[in-house]
Formats: sequence, structure tokens, C-alpha cells
Amino acid sequence: MRLKYVLNEVLVGLWRNVTMTVAMIITMSVSLTMLGASVLLYLQVDQMKNYYYGNIEVSIFLRSDVTEAQRQAIDQAISSNPLVAERTYETREEALKRFQELWKDSPEFVKSVGPNSLPESFRVKLKDPEQYKTFADQIQGLQGIQDVIDQRTLLEKVFNIFNAIQVGALVVAGVMALAALLLVGNTIQVAAYSKRREVAVMKLVGASNWFIQAPFVLEAVVAGLIGAILGFIALFVSKVVLFDNKLQALTNILTPIDNGNVWLMLPLLAGVGAVVSAVTAWITLRFYLKV
Amino acid sequence: MIQLENVTKTYPKASRPSLDDVSVGIEKGEFVFFIGPSGSGKSTIIKLLLHEVAPTQGKVMVNAKDVTSIRSWKIPHFRRSIGCVFQDFRLLPNRTAYENVAFALEVIGKTKAVSRRVVPEVLELVGLGGKEHRYPHELSGGEQQRVAVARAFVNRPLILLADEPTGNLDPDTSIEIMRLLDRINRTGTTVVMVTHDSNIVNQMRRRVIEIESGRIVRDQARGVYG
Repeated sequence: MRLKYVLNEVLVGLWRNVTMTVAMIITMSVSLTMLGASVLLYLQVDQMKNYYYGNIEVSIFLRSDVTEAQRQAIDQAISSNPLVAERTYETREEALKRFQELWKDSPEFVKSVGPNSLPESFRVKLKDPEQYKTFADQIQGLQGIQDVIDQRTLLEKVFNIFNAIQVGALVVAGVMALAALLLVGNTIQVAAYSKRREVAVMKLVGASNWFIQAPFVLEAVVAGLIGAILGFIALFVSKVVLFDNKLQALTNILTPIDNGNVWLMLPLLAGVGAVVSAVTAWITLRFYLKV
Repeated sequence: MIQLENVTKTYPKASRPSLDDVSVGIEKGEFVFFIGPSGSGKSTIIKLLLHEVAPTQGKVMVNAKDVTSIRSWKIPHFRRSIGCVFQDFRLLPNRTAYENVAFALEVIGKTKAVSRRVVPEVLELVGLGGKEHRYPHELSGGEQQRVAVARAFVNRPLILLADEPTGNLDPDTSIEIMRLLDRINRTGTTVVMVTHDSNIVNQMRRRVIEIESGRIVRDQARGVYG
């Protein structure tokens, strides 16, 4: 009976102030979408780091005038280095073949590259990719080395871009969340004002505080939950449209986004949306109703 | 039943206290008038008894409980033992007489079945039998105040506080309301009424406590307005 009363009050409350409710839901859902996107991106970058760092190689390109003795010295230094897990040697011919394979769609470009334009190289896999700097320092001084290149530094540039996007999404989520919170506070104030007589009587006859507050708090929670569900739908749809269709090419670089991770956003967004709305409503009521 | 012990209440920013070292005791079943000019501090007593405000100094005991020491979350429960009537009735305009009284029951957790049994009874008691389904705007001032009294009394409180209950009513209607409060008093309910209606005080001949500038200047059994 009391539950029925509370639920009825919630629906009436949401409907009484429907424009405000809609505004509240929209800002809430945009904020939560951004939050979800940023969390997904975070999970994604993490997954990509695991994936790529496992396959990372250090390339040691040799000078074109390298002597046989120098080559052997370098080979010796790499093989005996305790940081190295695996090493392969690539001759000029192999490098050219690989190059031709990679650019087989542009035969003009391939033709312009002679067998002597590409350097021979050692490809080294480190036991711990983080140890690149130490390894490079040890190897760099040897005669006959043109350049030591760590794929990691290239990857890091890519990851920095992802990080920037993630931070950007978080900032947008934060700003929208602030707007959503102000709207929740305002909506609750309006609702409390329109029910001020009932609230006064309830306080007078000794209705418990939770009973007075519950309809208002639940009103905010329902709006927060609707916002979260809309945010989740937006997230899911953009995942399908952007990554599974339009930008499928990107998935060669990006590891595929796990649908499980996307589903994980539903409870996360719903939880954040509901808790944040409830707390905001409750704090507003403490100041406004003084119950 | 009610004990004020050396109670002083100074509102923030006020230059002088509303109540200044007031001590008074009210027994169970008494009918007490607090009288005095506007701003003398008599309404502050009602607020103290309801714990709407806390005393600056001193102790307020209601029903053998120190009101100031009640935890804030228990105050609602404490208020259920006190009924309240005001000058402006404070009825919900979009609810009928029956619904106004039932609302007060249902928000403190009573079932609809309880209100179906109790509400008609109490409306009958205050003399509103047959007008249960009228809205406040369809009732006269006196009838609205009767609804308010029914709402205050429906829980059978130990204490009924009335803050200028006849302030908005004409003299004849006022007397009817007083008869009603008298009848409620006879059921054993302690009635504390704040008023400056000399006519009523003189007719009732009950205990009169006069307050002036926050101090008790007279406390007289079977008193008159003076």
C-alpha cells in the first residue's frame, strides 16, 4: 500500500514536470554515454597494449657499408645479450621481398626501389619490452649500425592519441554530469515546491523522513536509469555502426571491441546514473525540505 | 506531561530572547492557555514542544522525554504523540475531508482498512458527519478547522497543541471549536492552546499562563484574560 503510494507519487512527479524530466534524462544520457565511451576506450587501449607489446620488435638496421666482421660482432652481441628473447636476421633480398609483398598494389612504387635501397637488419624480441632503453644503449655503440628502432615508441604515439581521446571524453562526461546534477537538483526543488503542502502535513503528523523523501529520490533515480539505458543504447549503436561497418578498416589496427565489454557498460552506467541522481536528490532535499 | 525548565530561546540575529528563563509544568489532562501580545514568545513554546526549534538554554520535557536529546531521525516518531492545529488550518486543498484525515494516518504507515474504520468515527466526533466527501473550499472556516482537529486527534495523541485555532474564525464559530477542544480534553488529552482571544479565555475559565516579552508574568488556575 505504501509502496503503491510512493510509486504513484514518482510517476505523477515525473509527469508533472515533463520538460524538466526530459532535459534531465538527455543530459544524463549524454554524460553517461561519454563516460561509457571513455571506459570502453580505456579497456580497449589496455587490451591493445597487451596484444601489441607481446609482439613488439626492436629493429637494428645495418649500414650499407657494413663489413662481415662487424655483422658478426653485432650478431654476437645480440645473441649473448641476456635481455633478448629471440632474434632473426633479414637480408636485403628478404627485406625487398617483404616490401614488394606489402606494397604489391603499387607496382610503380615497388619498381622504384632497387635491391640495394633497403638495409639488412636484425629483428629482436625482448624478454621485457620495457627494457628497450637499456638494450639500445648496450647495442648502439657497435660499429656498422645505422639505426635502432623500437616499435614501442611508434605504438606509444598511437596510444597517446587514444589517451587524449579518452581524457576528452571524460572531460565532456564531467561537464555534462555537472549540468545533469544541476538539473536534478532543480527538478527536485520544483517537485518539492509543488508538494510543499503535503510535505508540511507529513512533517507535522510525523511521517518518517524516508517516506517523505523516497518519492523525490526515486523520481531522480528513475530519470537517471532511463538516462543510463539511453546512453547504453547510444553506445551500442555507435559501436555497431562505427566499428563493425563504417570503420571496419580500423579494426586491423584496433583489436576488435569485445561485445561483452560493451554489455558491461549497462550495469556500470545504470549504477552510476542511479547512485549519482539519488545522492544529488537526497542532498537537495536536506537543504530544501530540511527533513 | 510537559515540563519547561529554565528555557531560554534566542533566535539567530534577534536582539533579545523570545523566551527568557521560562519554567512551567503542565500535568496530564490539563487544558492550558498561553496568552500574551504578538511577539511575546507564546508561539515559540509550540515550536519547542514540536522540536521545530531547539532551546538555546534549558530543558524541554514532553511525555517524560527530554525533547532536545531525541535523535533527529526519531523526531517524526515523537511527533506522532502530538496533535497540532493552526490558525490557517493547513488542509490539503485537493483532498476531501475524509482524505485529509486519512492522509495523516496513511503517511505514518496505517493501512487503508484502518482509516476506513477510524476516519468516519473521528469526523463524526468533530461534528462533520455527512460532510466527509466535501473539499476544503466547499466547507466553512469552522468546518475546515474541524477537519484539522479531526486530523490532529485521529491518532489519539497524548497532547493537542493549538496555535491560535480561532484566529481566522468569527466569535460563534470560535466557541464551537472551543467546545470541540473541550470535548477532546475530556477524553484525557492534554490541550495546550496559544491565543490572544480574550473572549474565549474568559468563557472557558481554564488555567491561563500569560507571557510578556518572553517571561511568564501570570500563571493562574481558572483564569481570565486580564
